[in-house]
Amino acid sequence: MPRDGSFSYRHLWICALLSFIAGLVVASFAGFRQFLPPLLEGAWVTVQITVAACALAVACGLLAGLGKMSPWAPVRWLAITYIEVFRGTSALVQLFWLFFVLPHFGITLDPIPVAILALGLNVGAYGAEVVRGAILAVPRGQYEASIALNMSPLTRMRRIILPQAIVAMIPPWGNLFIELLKATALVSLITVGDLTFRAYQLNQATLQTVQIFLLVLSMYLGIALVITYLMRGLERRMTLGRA
Amino acid sequence: MPTADDQPMVRFREVTKRYGDLVVLDQLDLDVAANEKVAIIGPSGSGKTTVLRMLMTLERIDGGVIEVDGEALTHTSRNGELVPADEGHLRRVRGKIGMVFQHFNLFPHMTALQNCMEAPVHVLGLSKDEARTRAEELLAMVGLADKKDQYPARLSGGQQQRVAIARALAMRPKVMLFDEVTSALDPELVGEVLNVIRRLGAEHNLTMLMVTHQMGFAREFADRVCFFYAGKIAEQGAPEQLFSDPQSERTRQFLAAVLEAG
Amino acid sequence: MQLFDWQFALEILPTLARAAVVTIEATFLGFAIAAVLGLVLAILRRSQNPWISSAAGGFVEFIRSTPVLIQIFFVFFVFPQFGIVIPAFTAGVMALGLHYASYCSEVYRAGLDAIPRGQWEAARALNLSPYRTYYGVIIPQAVPPVVPALGNYLIGMFKETPLLSAIAVVELMQTAKIIGSETFRYLEPITMVGAFFLVMSLISAVGVRQLEAWLHSRRG
Repeated sequence: MPRDGSFSYRHLWICALLSFIAGLVVASFAGFRQFLPPLLEGAWVTVQITVAACALAVACGLLAGLGKMSPWAPVRWLAITYIEVFRGTSALVQLFWLFFVLPHFGITLDPIPVAILALGLNVGAYGAEVVRGAILAVPRGQYEASIALNMSPLTRMRRIILPQAIVAMIPPWGNLFIELLKATALVSLITVGDLTFRAYQLNQATLQTVQIFLLVLSMYLGIALVITYLMRGLERRMTLGRA
Repeated sequence: MPTADDQPMVRFREVTKRYGDLVVLDQLDLDVAANEKVAIIGPSGSGKTTVLRMLMTLERIDGGVIEVDGEALTHTSRNGELVPADEGHLRRVRGKIGMVFQHFNLFPHMTALQNCMEAPVHVLGLSKDEARTRAEELLAMVGLADKKDQYPARLSGGQQQRVAIARALAMRPKVMLFDEVTSALDPELVGEVLNVIRRLGAEHNLTMLMVTHQMGFAREFADRVCFFYAGKIAEQGAPEQLFSDPQSERTRQFLAAVLEAG
Repeated sequence: MQLFDWQFALEILPTLARAAVVTIEATFLGFAIAAVLGLVLAILRRSQNPWISSAAGGFVEFIRSTPVLIQIFFVFFVFPQFGIVIPAFTAGVMALGLHYASYCSEVYRAGLDAIPRGQWEAARALNLSPYRTYYGVIIPQAVPPVVPALGNYLIGMFKETPLLSAIAVVELMQTAKIIGSETFRYLEPITMVGAFFLVMSLISAVGVRQLEAWLHSRRG
């Protein structure tokens, strides 16, 4: 790839491997084994929150994306308001608002449901644009063929438009899921015992800042890679034989 | 030959279509008898594709009425007055019309067989088995029985267009519309599609309207040729007469230009 | 429980306004770092040396794909280990700047990739030094088209400054939490902070679009 400079995966892997080995060496001197159990516990919490919030985000994204294209004005306005509010403020603000303010309205939730709610709503707002974009990208000819075959608008959306839009949506949703994963680190600030929370605690206890945080960053990176592979696999399965 | 019938299968009465200031169809009157094969020719922008698209309810009518099989397409009669029809009426009348598009518009996420089964199952309410039998017959008729489990991406343009024809026929329409169905095909694939259309005309009772640039085919196949110019029918008549002895100057110019292009 | 105490809201407004200044300072300083460091990283990424290119690329991907909060903690806690004491504000701004530098480097990379090969070749033919090539020829062409994308990241960073509250930087969110913990009324301060960000976000979105249009008209 001449334009990419001389970036080569081979050199990257060599660098990464060397860093990893160096890390192992440093870590072995630093009581590495004592870190892993609490960090893995935290990672499990992170994964659970990520999965649940991603599911919520997809639901909100679909509702808001379709809602924004609805012929009924009140539905459109509701969708637009939701999208603008949750994109115009950051996940942390939303998280804190739900955590500190909801009790005032008599709604007391545990930190984990609050976390899932805030992150799901936040990423769902961005997802709405992904949904809308994918549906609008389905060629006009598909709509016309469906009309020519006398399909009702519901049948058309359900059987023809959405299946094509969903395949187009998968890569952008993959990126959003990774953004959501990164955002789960914030839940440590509302006392959820996730990976970041554990890292913070371990750091306070042992002051092995470099090792702990580099290890934790790599764990997040690892989860992100899993998400990427899963999404690519999903895309491949959905387009089996198609092209 | 068109069978004698007291009522045209398709009737355009003073139909007008505007895009902003541009008048694309100007008070068009056109009658098509049952089982008649009409070829529509003319320069681009003359409104020929709009005629088909309005009949298929892909475009709104700005004036006049279109009737199909004796009923108004987009209006119903109430107390002798014509009022805009509701969705149910529209779908009932539209069900009598089928269309094949220039760019095929096959559903890419379905096999050829599934493309042909989709509408019969979800619109006509046929069972999966009935729909499958019908689809397989039609695909065999267009010569693609062996490709029924292929996705459109694996088919050539000519094959895709033949599937599109089978798909439209699966709905058992009375009127079939062909919108420049060979214009997007490589020349060597045009013949297979025209052959299917010939068979259709010979073996089935179908009213057919075709917008086409294939003058040779129109001459040999159509019962009537309409030459469109600037939103109106400039000239129409039997193909032998229109092609060999056009009455209007514009028709002559158009035919001469088409012949030059070879 | 009454809904929104407007009296209280007005009382805390001055405190919040002072904190907003800190937020804005943090944003601009952080973005200054991000804009410059991002360009450096993008240029390194395009280096002909495979080691430099891959290391820069790997570094950018690593920073981009991992949570900024951890990076903030890292910068905040790591310096004291080596005996260097830096205030929380500085640490936070450095971490944010580094994180957003990775986003900006991708933006710059797109801008640099869009420069036709001929420009590089003409500069080489005129025997321009690499510095002059970048400074005089490439950057003036690469940067204007990507300014809107950079603008969006500026807004993004602005919205992420509340993260600095995690290391006790007294910006808007931290101030809101302090007010809340002192008065037990969280609704007004946090809602006001949210409203402030929302309004600023909407205004800047319009601003970025205007900027885009202006740039478009200038370049004809």
